[in-house]
Amino acid sequence: MFKELWESFTDALEGLGSVVHFLFRLVVNSPRALLRFDLISQQIFNSGAFSLVIIMLSGLFVGMVLGLQGFQLLQRFGSEEALGTAATIGLVKELGPVVTALLFAGRAGTALASELGLMRATDQISAMEMMAVDPIQRVVVPRFLGGVISMPLLAAIFSVIGIYGAQLIGVQIMGVDSGSFWSQMRAAVSLSDVSEGIVKSLVFGIACSLIAVYQGYYAAPTAEGVGRATTRTVVTSAVVILFLDYLITAAFL
Amino acid sequence: MRKSRTLNLGTGSFVLLGFAALFFLTTQTTSRGLSWFGPPHYEVTAKFDNIADLKVGAPVSMSGVEIGRVTKIDFDSNEYKAVVSMRLNERYNKIPTDSDASIYTQGLLGGKFIGLTAGGADTYLKDRDQIDFTQSAFVLENLIGQVLANFTKSKADDQSQASAPADSKTPADSKAKEKTK
Repeated sequence: MFKELWESFTDALEGLGSVVHFLFRLVVNSPRALLRFDLISQQIFNSGAFSLVIIMLSGLFVGMVLGLQGFQLLQRFGSEEALGTAATIGLVKELGPVVTALLFAGRAGTALASELGLMRATDQISAMEMMAVDPIQRVVVPRFLGGVISMPLLAAIFSVIGIYGAQLIGVQIMGVDSGSFWSQMRAAVSLSDVSEGIVKSLVFGIACSLIAVYQGYYAAPTAEGVGRATTRTVVTSAVVILFLDYLITAAFL
Repeated sequence: MRKSRTLNLGTGSFVLLGFAALFFLTTQTTSRGLSWFGPPHYEVTAKFDNIADLKVGAPVSMSGVEIGRVTKIDFDSNEYKAVVSMRLNERYNKIPTDSDASIYTQGLLGGKFIGLTAGGADTYLKDRDQIDFTQSAFVLENLIGQVLANFTKSKADDQSQASAPADSKTPADSKAKEKTK
Protein backbone atom coordinates (compact mmCIF):
# COMPACT_ATOMS: atom_id res chain seq x y z
CA MET A 1 0.00 0.00 0.00
CA PHE A 2 2.61 2.53 1.12
CA LYS A 3 5.01 1.18 -1.44
CA GLU A 4 2.52 1.83 -4.24
CA LEU A 5 1.82 5.34 -3.02
CA TRP A 6 5.53 6.02 -2.80
CA GLU A 7 6.02 4.67 -6.29
CA SER A 8 3.30 6.83 -7.81
CA PHE A 9 4.82 9.81 -5.96
CA THR A 10 8.27 9.12 -7.40
CA ASP A 11 6.69 8.61 -10.84
CA ALA A 12 5.09 12.04 -10.63
CA LEU A 13 8.41 13.55 -9.53
CA GLU A 14 10.15 11.84 -12.42
CA GLY A 15 7.57 13.21 -14.85
CA LEU A 16 8.04 16.73 -13.50
CA GLY A 17 11.80 16.37 -13.74
CA SER A 18 11.64 15.24 -17.35
CA VAL A 19 9.33 18.16 -18.24
CA VAL A 20 11.86 20.56 -16.72
CA HIS A 21 14.68 18.82 -18.56
CA PHE A 22 12.69 19.04 -21.81
CA LEU A 23 12.06 22.76 -21.25
CA PHE A 24 15.78 23.25 -20.71
CA ARG A 25 16.55 21.48 -23.99
CA LEU A 26 14.00 23.67 -25.78
CA VAL A 27 15.48 26.86 -24.33
CA VAL A 28 19.03 25.82 -25.20
CA ASN A 29 17.97 25.08 -28.77
CA SER A 30 15.88 28.23 -29.17
CA PRO A 31 18.61 30.66 -30.32
CA ARG A 32 19.65 28.38 -33.17
CA ALA A 33 16.04 27.74 -34.14
CA LEU A 34 15.49 31.49 -34.36
CA LEU A 35 17.89 31.52 -37.32
CA ARG A 36 15.30 29.55 -39.30
CA PHE A 37 12.53 31.99 -38.62
CA ASP A 38 10.43 30.74 -41.53
CA LEU A 39 9.72 27.57 -39.55
CA ILE A 40 8.59 29.58 -36.52
CA SER A 41 6.56 31.90 -38.71
CA GLN A 42 4.74 28.89 -40.14
CA GLN A 43 3.93 27.69 -36.62
CA ILE A 44 2.71 31.14 -35.58
CA PHE A 45 0.38 30.86 -38.55
CA ASN A 46 -0.73 27.35 -37.57
CA SER A 47 -1.35 27.91 -33.88
CA GLY A 48 -2.00 31.67 -33.87
CA ALA A 49 -3.80 32.70 -37.01
CA PHE A 50 -5.93 29.54 -37.11
CA SER A 51 -7.05 30.13 -33.50
CA LEU A 52 -8.12 33.65 -34.38
CA VAL A 53 -11.73 32.85 -35.26
CA ILE A 54 -12.48 30.91 -32.09
CA ILE A 55 -10.66 33.52 -29.97
CA MET A 56 -12.53 36.43 -31.51
CA LEU A 57 -15.92 34.76 -31.27
CA SER A 58 -15.38 33.71 -27.66
CA GLY A 59 -14.04 37.16 -26.80
CA LEU A 60 -17.10 38.81 -28.24
CA PHE A 61 -19.49 36.59 -26.31
CA VAL A 62 -17.53 36.75 -23.06
CA GLY A 63 -17.51 40.54 -23.36
CA MET A 64 -21.24 40.65 -24.06
CA VAL A 65 -21.97 38.45 -21.06
CA LEU A 66 -19.77 40.69 -18.90
CA GLY A 67 -21.64 43.71 -20.19
CA LEU A 68 -25.00 42.18 -19.38
CA GLN A 69 -24.11 40.72 -15.99
CA GLY A 70 -22.06 43.73 -14.96
CA PHE A 71 -24.88 46.06 -15.92
CA GLN A 72 -27.45 44.08 -13.91
CA LEU A 73 -25.16 44.05 -10.87
CA LEU A 74 -23.97 47.66 -11.04
CA GLN A 75 -27.46 48.96 -11.64
CA ARG A 76 -28.41 47.91 -8.12
CA PHE A 77 -25.85 50.38 -6.78
CA GLY A 78 -26.73 53.03 -9.30
CA SER A 79 -23.24 53.04 -10.79
CA GLU A 80 -23.72 51.62 -14.29
CA GLU A 81 -20.98 53.97 -15.49
CA ALA A 82 -18.43 51.74 -13.79
CA LEU A 83 -19.30 49.02 -16.30
CA GLY A 84 -16.37 49.91 -18.54
CA THR A 85 -13.96 49.65 -15.63
CA ALA A 86 -15.41 46.37 -14.39
CA ALA A 87 -15.45 44.73 -17.81
CA THR A 88 -11.98 45.93 -18.76
CA ILE A 89 -10.30 44.95 -15.51
CA GLY A 90 -12.01 41.56 -15.62
CA LEU A 91 -11.01 40.97 -19.21
CA VAL A 92 -7.48 42.33 -19.19
CA LYS A 93 -6.38 40.75 -15.92
CA GLU A 94 -8.30 37.48 -15.74
CA LEU A 95 -10.64 36.38 -18.47
CA GLY A 96 -8.49 37.41 -21.41
CA PRO A 97 -5.37 35.43 -20.52
CA VAL A 98 -7.15 32.48 -18.86
CA VAL A 99 -9.92 31.84 -21.38
CA THR A 100 -7.51 32.40 -24.27
CA ALA A 101 -5.09 29.90 -22.76
CA LEU A 102 -7.85 27.31 -22.21
CA LEU A 103 -9.10 27.76 -25.78
CA PHE A 104 -5.53 27.68 -27.05
CA ALA A 105 -4.92 24.39 -25.26
CA GLY A 106 -8.06 23.00 -26.86
CA ARG A 107 -7.48 24.40 -30.32
CA ALA A 108 -3.72 24.55 -30.86
CA GLY A 109 -2.33 22.41 -28.02
CA THR A 110 -4.19 19.30 -29.13
CA ALA A 111 -3.13 19.88 -32.73
CA LEU A 112 0.52 20.15 -31.67
CA ALA A 113 0.35 17.08 -29.46
CA SER A 114 -1.36 14.84 -32.00
CA GLU A 115 0.90 16.04 -34.81
CA LEU A 116 4.06 15.28 -32.86
CA GLY A 117 2.55 12.04 -31.53
CA LEU A 118 1.76 10.88 -35.03
CA MET A 119 5.26 11.82 -36.16
CA ARG A 120 6.58 9.65 -33.35
CA ALA A 121 4.17 6.81 -34.18
CA THR A 122 5.06 6.82 -37.86
CA ASP A 123 8.78 6.94 -37.08
CA GLN A 124 9.28 10.33 -38.71
CA ILE A 125 11.19 11.52 -35.67
CA SER A 126 13.48 8.49 -35.73
CA ALA A 127 14.01 9.05 -39.45
CA MET A 128 15.15 12.61 -38.77
CA GLU A 129 17.57 11.36 -36.17
CA MET A 130 18.93 8.87 -38.75
CA MET A 131 19.53 11.76 -41.14
CA ALA A 132 21.39 13.64 -38.39
CA VAL A 133 18.68 16.29 -38.19
CA ASP A 134 17.95 17.19 -34.60
CA PRO A 135 14.16 16.72 -34.32
CA ILE A 136 14.04 18.96 -31.25
CA GLN A 137 15.56 21.83 -33.15
CA ARG A 138 13.83 21.20 -36.48
CA VAL A 139 10.34 20.21 -35.30
CA VAL A 140 9.72 20.80 -31.62
CA VAL A 141 11.30 24.21 -30.91
CA PRO A 142 9.55 26.05 -33.79
CA ARG A 143 6.20 24.73 -32.55
CA PHE A 144 7.02 25.71 -28.99
CA LEU A 145 8.17 29.21 -29.91
CA GLY A 146 5.24 29.69 -32.26
CA GLY A 147 2.87 28.99 -29.38
CA VAL A 148 4.78 31.25 -26.96
CA ILE A 149 4.70 34.16 -29.43
CA SER A 150 1.05 33.64 -30.41
CA MET A 151 -0.47 33.49 -26.93
CA PRO A 152 0.03 37.10 -25.72
CA LEU A 153 -1.18 38.39 -29.08
CA LEU A 154 -4.27 36.17 -28.97
CA ALA A 155 -4.99 37.23 -25.38
CA ALA A 156 -4.72 40.91 -26.32
CA ILE A 157 -7.07 40.42 -29.26
CA PHE A 158 -9.48 38.55 -26.98
CA SER A 159 -9.48 41.42 -24.46
CA VAL A 160 -10.00 44.13 -27.06
CA ILE A 161 -12.87 42.27 -28.73
CA GLY A 162 -14.32 41.57 -25.28
CA ILE A 163 -14.20 45.26 -24.32
CA TYR A 164 -16.06 46.11 -27.51
CA GLY A 165 -18.54 43.31 -26.75
CA ALA A 166 -19.20 44.81 -23.32
CA GLN A 167 -19.47 48.24 -24.91
CA LEU A 168 -21.95 46.87 -27.44
CA ILE A 169 -24.28 45.58 -24.74
CA GLY A 170 -23.67 48.27 -22.12
CA VAL A 171 -23.65 51.38 -24.29
CA GLN A 172 -25.62 50.47 -27.40
CA ILE A 173 -28.34 48.34 -25.83
CA MET A 174 -28.52 49.15 -22.11
CA GLY A 175 -27.89 52.85 -22.56
CA VAL A 176 -24.84 53.46 -20.38
CA ASP A 177 -23.30 56.79 -21.32
CA SER A 178 -20.53 56.15 -23.82
CA GLY A 179 -18.33 58.96 -22.52
CA SER A 180 -18.35 57.80 -18.92
CA PHE A 181 -17.92 54.17 -20.02
CA TRP A 182 -14.57 55.03 -21.59
CA SER A 183 -13.41 57.82 -19.28
CA GLN A 184 -14.07 55.88 -16.06
CA MET A 185 -12.23 52.95 -17.60
CA ARG A 186 -9.24 55.13 -18.44
CA ALA A 187 -9.21 56.64 -14.97
CA ALA A 188 -9.35 53.29 -13.18
CA VAL A 189 -7.31 50.90 -15.31
CA SER A 190 -3.59 51.32 -14.76
CA LEU A 191 -0.71 50.15 -16.89
CA SER A 192 0.16 47.53 -14.28
CA ASP A 193 -3.23 45.86 -14.86
CA VAL A 194 -2.42 45.52 -18.53
CA SER A 195 1.11 44.30 -17.87
CA GLU A 196 -0.23 41.74 -15.42
CA GLY A 197 -2.37 40.36 -18.23
CA ILE A 198 0.59 40.30 -20.61
CA VAL A 199 2.81 38.51 -18.09
CA LYS A 200 0.05 36.00 -17.47
CA SER A 201 -0.50 35.26 -21.13
CA LEU A 202 3.25 34.90 -21.72
CA VAL A 203 3.56 32.40 -18.86
CA PHE A 204 0.45 30.53 -20.03
CA GLY A 205 1.86 30.46 -23.55
CA ILE A 206 5.06 28.86 -22.30
CA ALA A 207 3.15 26.38 -20.12
CA CYS A 208 0.58 25.39 -22.77
CA SER A 209 3.08 24.98 -25.58
CA LEU A 210 5.51 23.09 -23.36
CA ILE A 211 2.84 20.65 -22.20
CA ALA A 212 1.58 20.10 -25.74
CA VAL A 213 4.97 19.43 -27.33
CA TYR A 214 6.11 17.33 -24.36
CA GLN A 215 3.02 15.12 -24.45
CA GLY A 216 3.27 14.75 -28.22
CA TYR A 217 7.01 14.13 -28.33
CA TYR A 218 6.89 11.44 -25.64
CA ALA A 219 3.57 9.89 -26.75
CA ALA A 220 3.45 6.11 -26.90
CA PRO A 221 3.92 5.25 -30.61
CA THR A 222 0.45 3.75 -31.03
CA ALA A 223 -2.94 5.08 -32.06
CA GLU A 224 -4.04 4.86 -28.44
CA GLY A 225 -0.89 6.63 -27.29
CA VAL A 226 -1.56 9.59 -29.58
CA GLY A 227 -5.13 9.84 -28.32
CA ARG A 228 -3.99 9.72 -24.74
CA ALA A 229 -1.35 12.39 -25.35
CA THR A 230 -4.03 14.68 -26.80
CA THR A 231 -6.34 14.18 -23.85
CA ARG A 232 -3.55 14.69 -21.34
CA THR A 233 -2.54 17.90 -23.07
CA VAL A 234 -5.93 19.47 -22.49
CA VAL A 235 -6.37 18.21 -18.94
CA THR A 236 -2.87 19.08 -17.74
CA SER A 237 -2.90 22.46 -19.49
CA ALA A 238 -6.22 23.44 -17.89
CA VAL A 239 -5.08 22.55 -14.37
CA VAL A 240 -1.64 24.14 -14.79
CA ILE A 241 -3.12 27.33 -16.28
CA LEU A 242 -5.54 27.82 -13.40
CA PHE A 243 -2.84 27.03 -10.82
CA LEU A 244 -0.36 29.45 -12.41
CA ASP A 245 -3.14 32.03 -12.66
CA TYR A 246 -3.53 31.96 -8.91
CA LEU A 247 0.23 32.23 -8.35
CA ILE A 248 0.69 35.19 -10.70
CA THR A 249 -2.37 37.00 -9.34
CA ALA A 250 -1.01 36.62 -5.81
CA ALA A 251 2.43 37.80 -6.91
CA PHE A 252 0.99 40.97 -8.48
CA LEU A 253 -1.16 41.97 -5.49
CA MET B 1 6.68 30.44 -53.70
CA ARG B 2 3.00 31.34 -53.97
CA LYS B 3 2.17 29.23 -50.97
CA SER B 4 4.86 30.68 -48.74
CA ARG B 5 3.72 34.16 -49.72
CA THR B 6 0.13 33.63 -48.55
CA LEU B 7 1.51 31.95 -45.45
CA ASN B 8 3.73 34.89 -44.60
CA LEU B 9 0.88 37.23 -45.36
CA GLY B 10 -1.36 35.39 -42.90
CA THR B 11 1.31 35.30 -40.19
CA GLY B 12 2.12 38.94 -40.76
CA SER B 13 -1.46 40.10 -40.50
CA PHE B 14 -2.00 37.99 -37.38
CA VAL B 15 1.05 39.46 -35.67
CA LEU B 16 0.06 42.98 -36.75
CA LEU B 17 -3.44 42.47 -35.38
CA GLY B 18 -2.02 41.16 -32.11
CA PHE B 19 0.32 44.10 -31.65
CA ALA B 20 -2.47 46.52 -32.59
CA ALA B 21 -4.54 44.95 -29.81
CA LEU B 22 -1.65 45.27 -27.33
CA PHE B 23 -1.18 48.89 -28.32
CA PHE B 24 -4.88 49.54 -27.85
CA LEU B 25 -4.83 47.98 -24.38
CA THR B 26 -1.81 49.94 -23.19
CA THR B 27 -2.83 53.32 -24.57
CA GLN B 28 -6.60 53.43 -24.84
CA THR B 29 -7.82 51.62 -21.74
CA THR B 30 -5.36 53.18 -19.31
CA SER B 31 -4.87 56.74 -18.24
CA ARG B 32 -1.13 56.54 -18.11
CA GLY B 33 -0.40 55.02 -21.49
CA LEU B 34 0.78 58.03 -23.43
CA SER B 35 1.70 60.35 -20.58
CA TRP B 36 5.43 59.61 -20.93
CA PHE B 37 5.54 61.67 -24.05
CA GLY B 38 2.56 63.75 -23.06
CA PRO B 39 2.09 67.53 -23.33
CA PRO B 40 4.59 69.93 -21.76
CA HIS B 41 3.92 70.41 -18.10
CA TYR B 42 5.13 72.03 -14.88
CA GLU B 43 5.11 70.71 -11.36
CA VAL B 44 3.72 72.28 -8.19
CA THR B 45 3.36 70.94 -4.66
CA ALA B 46 0.82 71.37 -1.90
CA LYS B 47 0.82 70.31 1.76
CA PHE B 48 -2.31 68.74 3.22
CA ASP B 49 -3.18 67.74 6.77
CA ASN B 50 -5.00 64.66 5.53
CA ILE B 51 -5.23 63.31 2.02
CA ALA B 52 -7.40 60.25 2.89
CA ASP B 53 -7.04 57.81 0.01
CA LEU B 54 -5.79 60.19 -2.68
CA LYS B 55 -3.71 58.14 -5.11
CA VAL B 56 -0.85 58.86 -7.47
CA GLY B 57 -2.41 59.42 -10.89
CA ALA B 58 -5.52 61.12 -9.50
CA PRO B 59 -6.75 64.03 -11.62
CA VAL B 60 -6.21 67.68 -10.70
CA SER B 61 -9.10 69.76 -11.90
CA MET B 62 -10.14 73.36 -12.02
CA SER B 63 -13.81 74.27 -12.54
CA GLY B 64 -14.32 70.59 -13.27
CA VAL B 65 -11.82 70.51 -16.14
CA GLU B 66 -8.86 68.18 -15.78
CA ILE B 67 -5.65 70.23 -15.94
CA GLY B 68 -3.13 67.78 -14.53
CA ARG B 69 -2.41 64.71 -12.45
CA VAL B 70 -0.96 63.83 -9.07
CA THR B 71 2.54 62.46 -9.63
CA LYS B 72 3.95 61.91 -6.16
CA ILE B 73 2.72 61.68 -2.58
CA ASP B 74 5.22 62.13 0.21
CA PHE B 75 5.17 62.67 3.96
CA ASP B 76 6.85 65.65 5.59
CA SER B 77 7.99 64.37 8.97
CA ASN B 78 8.80 67.87 10.28
CA GLU B 79 5.36 69.31 9.80
CA TYR B 80 3.47 66.01 9.88
CA LYS B 81 1.80 66.81 6.61
CA ALA B 82 1.31 65.03 3.32
CA VAL B 83 3.22 66.60 0.42
CA VAL B 84 1.41 66.11 -2.87
CA SER B 85 3.26 66.84 -6.11
CA MET B 86 1.15 67.43 -9.16
CA ARG B 87 1.98 67.91 -12.79
CA LEU B 88 -0.08 70.58 -14.54
CA ASN B 89 -0.42 71.05 -18.26
CA GLU B 90 1.71 73.93 -19.55
CA ARG B 91 -1.36 75.23 -21.39
CA TYR B 92 -2.89 76.23 -18.06
CA ASN B 93 -0.05 78.44 -16.81
CA LYS B 94 -2.09 81.36 -15.51
CA ILE B 95 -3.08 80.00 -12.13
CA PRO B 96 -2.72 82.66 -9.41
CA THR B 97 -0.22 81.88 -6.65
CA ASP B 98 -2.86 82.31 -3.94
CA SER B 99 -5.17 79.67 -5.43
CA ASP B 100 -6.34 77.03 -3.02
CA ALA B 101 -6.29 73.25 -3.39
CA SER B 102 -8.90 70.97 -1.85
CA ILE B 103 -9.42 67.24 -1.96
CA TYR B 104 -12.83 66.15 -3.20
CA THR B 105 -14.52 62.82 -3.80
CA GLN B 106 -15.89 61.74 -7.16
CA GLY B 107 -19.46 60.69 -6.56
CA LEU B 108 -20.43 59.24 -3.21
CA LEU B 109 -17.88 56.44 -3.04
CA GLY B 110 -15.61 57.32 -5.94
CA GLY B 111 -11.90 58.08 -5.89
CA LYS B 112 -10.39 61.31 -4.57
CA PHE B 113 -9.22 64.15 -6.75
CA ILE B 114 -7.72 67.61 -6.23
CA GLY B 115 -9.76 70.65 -7.10
CA LEU B 116 -8.04 74.02 -7.54
CA THR B 117 -9.91 77.27 -7.02
CA ALA B 118 -8.40 80.40 -8.50
CA GLY B 119 -7.27 83.17 -6.16
CA GLY B 120 -6.86 86.83 -6.98
CA ALA B 121 -3.10 87.39 -7.13
CA ASP B 122 -1.36 88.88 -10.17
CA THR B 123 1.52 86.42 -10.03
CA TYR B 124 1.08 82.96 -11.47
CA LEU B 125 2.25 79.54 -10.33
CA LYS B 126 5.57 78.41 -11.84
CA ASP B 127 7.46 75.13 -11.85
CA ARG B 128 8.34 73.92 -8.31
CA ASP B 129 6.03 76.42 -6.62
CA GLN B 130 3.96 75.50 -3.61
CA ILE B 131 0.25 76.05 -3.13
CA ASP B 132 -0.15 77.43 0.40
CA PHE B 133 -3.90 77.33 0.89
CA THR B 134 -5.12 73.78 1.18
CA GLN B 135 -8.14 72.03 2.52
CA SER B 136 -7.96 68.42 3.68
CA ALA B 137 -9.99 65.54 2.44
CA PHE B 138 -13.51 65.07 3.65
CA VAL B 139 -13.24 61.93 5.77
CA LEU B 140 -16.57 60.22 6.09
CA GLU B 141 -15.58 58.31 9.24
CA ASN B 142 -14.65 61.49 11.17
CA LEU B 143 -17.93 63.04 10.18
CA ILE B 144 -19.95 60.02 11.26
CA GLY B 145 -17.97 60.06 14.51
CA GLN B 146 -18.85 63.71 15.07
CA VAL B 147 -22.50 63.13 14.33
CA LEU B 148 -22.61 60.20 16.72
CA ALA B 149 -20.81 62.17 19.43
CA ASN B 150 -23.23 65.07 19.05
CA PHE B 151 -26.13 62.71 18.99
CA THR B 152 -25.16 60.94 22.21
CA LYS B 153 -24.28 64.23 23.89
CA SER B 154 -27.57 65.80 23.00
CA LYS B 155 -29.36 62.70 24.19
CA ALA B 156 -27.54 62.99 27.47
CA ASP B 157 -28.62 66.62 27.67
CA ASP B 158 -32.14 65.41 27.08
CA GLN B 159 -32.52 67.58 24.02
CA SER B 160 -32.56 64.75 21.58
CA GLN B 161 -35.83 65.73 19.99
CA ALA B 162 -34.68 69.19 19.03
CA SER B 163 -31.11 68.50 17.93
CA ALA B 164 -31.27 65.09 16.26
CA PRO B 165 -32.78 66.35 13.00
CA ALA B 166 -30.34 69.27 12.99
CA ASP B 167 -27.43 66.85 13.47
CA SER B 168 -28.49 64.60 10.67
CA LYS B 169 -28.35 67.60 8.38
CA THR B 170 -24.73 68.45 9.07
CA PRO B 171 -23.11 66.14 6.49
CA ALA B 172 -25.18 67.59 3.70
CA ASP B 173 -24.46 71.09 4.94
CA SER B 174 -20.73 70.71 5.19
CA LYS B 175 -20.62 69.01 1.82
CA ALA B 176 -22.54 71.81 0.24
CA LYS B 177 -20.20 74.29 1.87
CA GLU B 178 -17.21 72.43 0.51
CA LYS B 179 -18.65 72.48 -2.96
CA THR B 180 -19.37 76.17 -3.00
CA LYS B 181 -16.01 77.12 -1.58
